[in-house]
Order: sequence, then structure tokens, then C-alpha cells
Amino acid sequence: MVAATKKIAKKKSMRRVAAAATRSKARPSSRQGSRVVVLIATRKGAWLYHGDSTRKNWRPDGPHFLGHIINHLVLDPRDGRTLLAAAKTGHLGPTIFRSTDYGRSWKEAARPPAFPKAPSGETGRAVDHTFWLTPGHASEPGVWYAGTSPQGLFRSDDSGVTWEPFFSINEDPQFREWMGTVQDGTPDGPKLHSILVDPRDPAHIYFGMSGGGVHESIDRGRTWKSIVAGLEVVEGLDASKLAFHDPHCVRLCPSNPDRLYQQNHCGIYRIDRPSNQWVRIGRNMPKRVGDVGFPMAVHPRDADSAWVFPMDGSSVWPRTCVGGVPAVYVTRNGGKSWSRTAGGLPERDVWWTVKRQAMAVDGNDPVGLYFGTTSGELWSSRNEGRQWACIARHLPEIYAVETGEPG
Amino acid sequence: MNVLIPAPLRSYSGHRRVEAAGSSLAEVLADLDRQFPGIRFRMINEQERMRPHIRFFVNGAQTFDLSLPLRATDELVIVQALSGG
Repeated sequence: MVAATKKIAKKKSMRRVAAAATRSKARPSSRQGSRVVVLIATRKGAWLYHGDSTRKNWRPDGPHFLGHIINHLVLDPRDGRTLLAAAKTGHLGPTIFRSTDYGRSWKEAARPPAFPKAPSGETGRAVDHTFWLTPGHASEPGVWYAGTSPQGLFRSDDSGVTWEPFFSINEDPQFREWMGTVQDGTPDGPKLHSILVDPRDPAHIYFGMSGGGVHESIDRGRTWKSIVAGLEVVEGLDASKLAFHDPHCVRLCPSNPDRLYQQNHCGIYRIDRPSNQWVRIGRNMPKRVGDVGFPMAVHPRDADSAWVFPMDGSSVWPRTCVGGVPAVYVTRNGGKSWSRTAGGLPERDVWWTVKRQAMAVDGNDPVGLYFGTTSGELWSSRNEGRQWACIARHLPEIYAVETGEPG
Repeated sequence: MNVLIPAPLRSYSGHRRVEAAGSSLAEVLADLDRQFPGIRFRMINEQERMRPHIRFFVNGAQTFDLSLPLRATDELVIVQALSGG
């Protein structure tokens, strides 16, 4: 028995060494004046905002899928032309739309994410909507990952035409217990989100579950390990139970993929792998603001820099701008301290918020920051948050904001 | 049989009324999917359950039974139920 355990441990250790050996050092590039497209997913359709080289002027392109509920719209960074949109409508079931010509035409996935048919006598789960889309590793063109509600993880090997479920997650009794029911978690259904692929190693994947914690695989999703140590849960609940952990948004630093940041239901955190311990860096936020929020964004070249958009998590959890005053907070030292950045934003009487997928960065130098509001405004900063300008108003409720560079 | 397609699904069918064949509601829906790939999954989920805001009427009578026998002379009306703003 002991010998067998040692043999398995040795095999796992060798697998880690082999994976590490195939990893390449991440080298995020610094770019000036690259054209940026901002991808807006809303409750009533999708828009593309094409920026010029100054990022001052934006050309709107939309609506695409007017009236459809678009939870995520993502441009494939491996070709700069393929777009995937996670869609459903008030009446119709969920699907994935694909464009291979940068949004000029769209075609529906032949087999969208769906759970297996349950055996006779069992209820089985049905995908209500695909919530999250992540392109695969640069060395794996055509690979995409999707997170759904109810919670499920899916993979496509053909650029989103067909999707296969991860049985190691979706049908695993332990994961199913952590996922809870459709009544647990986010009001419009618990969500699997923040699917992150290590830029050094396509087999190394993270994801988050609201609720259900943060999980890691180093073998392409065959086996998983939970990473929740240090994360807090709502007062009175047992932090040892993963079902109570609610990561809102997890980000991996491209310049140091061993560092992850997290905006959680219960604070802002950082982890530096191989440590398994999250550190609550939100304790260093101003007390009157707190560290509750949905989105988080990380600098593409500086792992010490990250941005959050705090929300009001007091009393009945209004989830609006704290005190009716919108502000982005930035850290430049890995969360040891935070600074308020709100130049150009309204100074009072603002009651919208920014959802977990609705804040993004571009790859330019200085970094461009973007966020979309629940009231349908798109804001941008060309100087890493020091000054903000409104790109668009009167859009439907914004669910997600992503950036891309057209190929 | 004659099938009335609701507005949200006409991007698939291209027409308001189409012809489909089958001896049960399930078979007619399968034929619709053969003609218009993807249309069935927008109405019926992976557990073979009707989606919450899609309704089926055969000769004016609502049915929730996919195994309901149908004749070629029947009329199938697919309806988008109210689903909020």
C-alpha cells in the first residue's frame, strides 16, 4: 500500500517536472499604438467598438444579435479574426455563435455546450446559458473552453463548432456537491467562470465557481486540486466547505503566471504559486470603501499592478458604486496599498455597478482600461486609470467587456 | 404537416410556415432540425424537456408530450411564451 502510494506520488512528481520542462517563459510584449477593439456583451445584443491608433476615437459596430442575451463575446488572440459569442434569448435555449471574418458573418455552433442525457428516471441538468469563454493556449489553435450555468466546464477542439463536457467536473459527485443547486449562488444561476490557461503550459488550467471555490489542473483537466486556503466566507458559514466559497473574478498575470489575483464575495486576494495560500490584500483598501466587488483586471506586463471596482456590500448588498461615487482602485505593489483613480468619472449620484466580466485591459503602453456599466455606459482610460472618458452611452445593461487586437 | 414557426426561430426556417414530417411531435421536431440544423436545441433541452418559454399546440390544443402521435393533416403551432422584458 505504502509502496503503491509512493509510486503514484513519484509519477505525479515526474509529471510536474515534465510539464515544467515544456513550459516556456512568458514574454508579454509592450506595444504602442496597436489598434484595439472593445467587445461589448449586453442583455440585448453585442457591439464592437473599433479604436484608432490613439484610442481616442471609436467606431461602433452593432448591434449584433439585437435582442439576444449575450453573456460573453471574445476575439481569438491566435488569429485576430475569430469571434465567439455566448448567446440565448428570453425564449430560446443557449447556443454559441461563431464568426471567422471578424464579425461580418456569424454561424451557429453545430453542437453547443450541453450536459449528457441523464439515465432514465434521473432528472439530469440542462445548460441554461454559457457564461464564460476562454481561448486555449497559443500552441493549441482551435481549442476553447466554456463555463456554463448551471455550472459546467466544456472544451472545443474545433474553434467552437462542437463542445465536449469535462466529466471530471460536470459529473463528479464531489464537484456536484460544491456546485449546489440552481437556487444556490448568483441570482440568475450559479456560474463556472474565470477559466485561465497558463501561457507557459497548455495542461495547466484554473477556473472559479460561484459558489464552489477555485480549482487547478496540471494534466489538461483529468484531475483537479482545490485552492481555497486563506479565502474567507460569509460570516457564520464553514470555510472548510467549498460550496460556501464565492470567487467573483480570478485573473492570472501574463507577466508572471505564478501570480493570481481574485475579487471574491469576501474580499480581494492574491496568491503566488506554488503557495496554496491566498492573502487578503483587500484589507489594505480604505475602510470606508471596503473590498467587495465583482471585476478585477491585471496589468499585462507588471504583475504588481491590478485594478478593482469596489461596490457597496453593506446591509442588503446594494451592489452599487460605494456612496454613489464611482471609482477604480489600483495597486502598484501587489496589493500592499491602493490608490483611488476616478478622474473624468461622475463625482456623485451614480448608482450603477460593473459586473464581474465587464472590466478589461488592452496590451498597449500605457495600458488602456475599459469597463461597462449596468446602465449601459462604456468607459475607457488611455493612461492606466488616471483619466477616464465615456466611449458610449445608452447601451443595454452591459454584461461583459473584452479587448482584442484585430489580425 | 404544416408547422407555424414563431418569430424568434425564423432565422433558422426563413419562413413563417414550413412543412415537416413525422408520426409524433418528437419526430416532427427531429425533421425540423434536419431541415434547419440547430432549431430543435433552442426549443428542447439536452434532457428532452421543453424549454420554459416555448409552447406547442397541435390543432389548437397545448401539449407537453413529445411522444404525442401526429397525423400528416395535423397542424403544429410553435409559440414563444411571455418571458419578461
